[in-house]
Amino acid sequence: MNAQVFYTWTPIAIMIIASTTGDVLISKAMKQIGDLGELWKCFGFRGVAARMLKSGTLLAAICAMGIAFYMMLFALSHADVSLVVPAGASLTFVTNAIAARLFLHENVDHRRWAAAVLVGIGVVLISR
Amino acid sequence: MQNPQPVAIPKAQEQLKLKGHDQVALDRYRYLVLGAIIVFSSTGDVFLANGMKHIGAIPISNLPRLMAAVFNPWVGLGILFLLMFFAAYSTALSWADLTFVLPATSLSYVLVAIMGALVLHEHISVARWVGILLVSSGVGIVAGGPSITTKRRQEKPCP
Repeated sequence: MNAQVFYTWTPIAIMIIASTTGDVLISKAMKQIGDLGELWKCFGFRGVAARMLKSGTLLAAICAMGIAFYMMLFALSHADVSLVVPAGASLTFVTNAIAARLFLHENVDHRRWAAAVLVGIGVVLISR
Repeated sequence: MQNPQPVAIPKAQEQLKLKGHDQVALDRYRYLVLGAIIVFSSTGDVFLANGMKHIGAIPISNLPRLMAAVFNPWVGLGILFLLMFFAAYSTALSWADLTFVLPATSLSYVLVAIMGALVLHEHISVARWVGILLVSSGVGIVAGGPSITTKRRQEKPCP
């Protein structure tokens, strides 16, 4: 494995893990906080912001997304955007489907599996 | 022959629309939020990529330079768009499943490819068109299904 491959794929791998963690945490946090549209109607912008800032899960999600963001910047400085973004995103679709089923107990039916795989393959093809 | 109740239809539609907030179907506001996710994330990614091209390759031994990258104007603009993306994304996740929102907003990859063709005059190959077709069909498949696993609890005036 040469340095170029290592510097491209290590950040991409960390990016995938971090962004999957971030997505699962933010999804969990927003389900706990509740429908933002309804909260906005009841409490306005301040109420919504206060509820979001108080959520520890959301804070953890933002940290994970920050790690993913810096890993993307790092990968982008070594490789093309047309490789980094699609490679990271397409694999994240699949890891997210697995994580959402395991940790969020979402009903990932055939329809959603098919969509995740189709989008994953499609994103790879777009990057060629 | 006379049409018995020509006025009844709009009212029924209005009721359906009001109820729709708790139902599977998405209303116009929710499509707007999903659209905002698509536009903000693709534009943000393009700005970030442009900024990192200006900065150039950063070696692992020079992490401070990676931290300082956020002060590049293109990267800063990219971060601004990603913050707006984050607002729209968390709004969508407050009423829809993660495995619904992600494929439903994957049109952003199609948008990036099309922006590349129009603005940067990149060539869209056959493989790329097939990819665009696959992503679009994935979006179509998931958008036709339910957006949330558990039915939302009964609507309370204010929690």
